[in-house]
Amino acid sequence: MATVSLIYDNLPMLLWGAGITVLVSGVAIVLGMPLGLVLCFGLTSSRAWVRHLSRLYQSVWRGTPILVQLLIIYYLLPFLGLNVPPVLAAIIALTLNTVAFQAEIFRGGLLAIARGQMEAARMVGIRKWTARRHVLVPQIFRLVIPSLVNETISILKNSSLVSVIAVTELMRVSQQIVATTYRPFEIYIAAAVIYIAVNFLLSLLGRAAEQRLARGV
Amino acid sequence: MTQVFELWIEYWPMLAAGLATTAWICALATMIGIAVGLLLACLDGARSTILRRTVRAYIEIMRGLPILILLFVLYYGGPGIGLRLNAETVGVLGLGFYGAAYFAEIFRSGFHSIPKGQIEAARMAGLSAGQIMRHVKLPQMLALITPPMVNQIIILIKESAVLSIITVAELTKNTAQFVNETYAVVGPYLAAALLYWLLVEAVALLGRTVERMVRY
Repeated sequence: MATVSLIYDNLPMLLWGAGITVLVSGVAIVLGMPLGLVLCFGLTSSRAWVRHLSRLYQSVWRGTPILVQLLIIYYLLPFLGLNVPPVLAAIIALTLNTVAFQAEIFRGGLLAIARGQMEAARMVGIRKWTARRHVLVPQIFRLVIPSLVNETISILKNSSLVSVIAVTELMRVSQQIVATTYRPFEIYIAAAVIYIAVNFLLSLLGRAAEQRLARGV
Repeated sequence: MTQVFELWIEYWPMLAAGLATTAWICALATMIGIAVGLLLACLDGARSTILRRTVRAYIEIMRGLPILILLFVLYYGGPGIGLRLNAETVGVLGLGFYGAAYFAEIFRSGFHSIPKGQIEAARMAGLSAGQIMRHVKLPQMLALITPPMVNQIIILIKESAVLSIITVAELTKNTAQFVNETYAVVGPYLAAALLYWLLVEAVALLGRTVERMVRY
């Protein structure tokens, strides 16, 4: 009974934290999409130096822990004279990270689209970036929705790490509640349930979007 | 810039010790993850519905959960239910049982990839169950699951950085110590990033060697 009232009393705070978690990861995912597409076209560019630079970016961001990336960004920004609030540093770090992963997802989608389409569009005189935007991008999105949902879930889970730079999202809020109630087991389990619920909703949404777009083809 | 390098050299023993801890914790966690993952994948094919559902629930819960919260439940919540483990043990078990859900999915896709007809044909030809496993199922499965397995091990290595938050003295934690002692911040974390990158590349290289070995 005590557990129920403990959770009930702290539920508004936990949900507030969950809201921040969703906001931070949502912004990062959405910002990551156009940048990920640009990086994807960089990875498949006909210019060797563009390809190499894109691959280097990808290798660095996919090859190091997101926690270390977050700490570097958090400490680097003030060092460069940019005093941004932690939440912004968190969004920047998560975005720069997801760009590398999304680019790979988009690349997979791009490879599945017949080359002839782009050649045909170019033949009729459509500019390269216009053709990419209107011919390739809509098809890529349709193909990669399941992977994109997985990436969103992954970023949502990784956003728990931004608690270490004092962003009061779900993880941080849970820690704060534990600090005053001394009930770590119950509180962290409650937070875990919220994370699982949000991710479950996300996968449902993803499946619905997939079906809708599949009909549109 | 030279200052940064001097600091790296001065603090190298600390970074190396952290890297070693990261490596052994990840090695143990990978072994647990693969063993438990294989068990889960086998149980997933069991006849009992309850067993299958329990396995599915385990996998779905782990995959929906940030590793950090699992570690917090075990490390800070554990004593409340009589589970007192030190940080390293929590780290190894946490990473291992978390990774197991992902390894299980890889094994499952491997099991499903072999057409039934092949197994029926092998049985018709008089091969025993053990022979079918050794000569038909395993070689094909290994070739298929090696790349995603290597990928999962790399993810596990990167996730292990989170153990610094529950005070395991691994690479990220020792780097934070380095920061505290020198007040230099970007330099130490860049060193850590570089070391993680090298470790990950080494595992990827090893993975490509194994891939060539298991190709049939």
